[in-house]
Amino acid sequence: MAEFRMPALGADMEAGTVAQWLVKPGDTVKRGDIVAIVETEKATIEVEVFETGVVEKIVVPEGEKVPVGAVLALIRSVSAAAPQPVPQPKPEAAPPSAAPVAAAPAPAAIQPPPAAEVIAAREAPPPIARPAAVARPPSTARGRWRISPLAMRTALELNVDLAGVKGSGLQGAITRGDVERAAKAKAAITPIPAETMAAPAAKPVAPEALKPTPPVRPAVSPAERRAMMRNAIATAMARSKREIPHYYLATQIDMSRMTQWLTAENLKRPVTERILYAAPLLKAVALAVHGFSEMNGFWADGSFKPSEAVHVGVAISLHQGGGLIAPAIHDVDRKKLDEIMANLRDLVARVRAGTLRSSEIADATITVTSLGEQGIETVFGIIYPPQVALVGFGKIVERPWAVNGKVGARPVMTGTLSADHRASDGHRGAMFLAAIERILQEPEKL
Amino acid sequence: MSDDEIKDLVLGALRRIAPEAGSEIDPDADLREQIELDSMDMLNLMIALHAATGVDIPEADYPKLATLNGCVAYLRERIKAT
Repeated sequence: MAEFRMPALGADMEAGTVAQWLVKPGDTVKRGDIVAIVETEKATIEVEVFETGVVEKIVVPEGEKVPVGAVLALIRSVSAAAPQPVPQPKPEAAPPSAAPVAAAPAPAAIQPPPAAEVIAAREAPPPIARPAAVARPPSTARGRWRISPLAMRTALELNVDLAGVKGSGLQGAITRGDVERAAKAKAAITPIPAETMAAPAAKPVAPEALKPTPPVRPAVSPAERRAMMRNAIATAMARSKREIPHYYLATQIDMSRMTQWLTAENLKRPVTERILYAAPLLKAVALAVHGFSEMNGFWADGSFKPSEAVHVGVAISLHQGGGLIAPAIHDVDRKKLDEIMANLRDLVARVRAGTLRSSEIADATITVTSLGEQGIETVFGIIYPPQVALVGFGKIVERPWAVNGKVGARPVMTGTLSADHRASDGHRGAMFLAAIERILQEPEKL
Repeated sequence: MSDDEIKDLVLGALRRIAPEAGSEIDPDADLREQIELDSMDMLNLMIALHAATGVDIPEADYPKLATLNGCVAYLRERIKAT
């Protein structure tokens, strides 16, 4: 029997609330399926499962807050090749405790533990005496709906006015099913577009399909959400400054080749395939990492653990809600620019909509931040633990630039590196930054 | 397509990009500043408008779509031209 646990979705997470289960006992799940929606202080996250099997038991009900590492559900593993068995009566009663237990590998689990669980095992708090499950106070304030983030998103997508939806979930909570039923009832009158941000429809949609969505209010108020976000950032950043001896380097990068190449490239492309600067910048950092393994990985248990994979965390601001989050784009070094761009667009859209996946939150190996859009030229970032490096990019500005004794105006961008002195030294850091600069001089090779 | 229809279309796309954006958008103020849109949000807006109207918007025209009224005027002309 495999245990599906509350993952550690970032260094700053201590506990999470199961907002919604997307599976029920008897359902077949496969590795990578999104099985639950978890709310942390920073975000609403779609949690993926790392087992293939049948859901045996849901241990933690919706609405309960449990510490990282707590068993959320039990999954009976089956060989992916074997035919799916018919759900059978439960052979044994599952332990009622939701408190973290020693990470015993499930007998049928052959694959290595997923990254999220490795982190969970490392950072799981010791078993606590008080009941692990802290019930979430029911929202009784007037004008609010009890609604899961998934249902909320569905309501936004389907343009459903929540005032007219009757909740069938726990304590009258509105579920996704309720929203979909309401949408269906409405569809008899108005056609609903299937179009989404991440996959824009190629053909025009009817104008009425884009009618403004009625305002909906989540169960957590914006002020509460803001306070939680600040708290999460405070925890992670204070830990970073307390534990990581940062060193900082900066260099000016000639961006004339890149800007020319990108302008020419985008002229050829339809709006759906255009590339923003962010994509080549991420790719350049990911490629530069290849010669500098001490920049890519985690500092844990007193030593540096380099990562083979290059998962680049991208700092994305959360707009008016305040705060930021740095989800990862996986294997950036092996992806084409178009693919990175598509990933980035999808990621930004989902950050805004509040639907990140657990694997994106847990496993960035290095982070890139860009504050150029806000008009600043230089950013000295704070490393996101347990990572060991953060690369920052500022605004591209025209500056006098001397080449072979002649001065001309060129677009110039300041690139910076914040690195962990425990894992690397300034000399190597300087070479790493120079490598990024060199790669950016050959945009056509990215 | 009437101006009101185009306006609803732009507002709908904006809410999808920035769900927290309120209904009190100043039609003549810069969208990027009002609801803190970055270049990725702007690209997603252009893509959404393209998907809804079939109008392809070249990068060089982006400045014309900086405000809500700008978007409406631009799309009205381009839709008429097709």
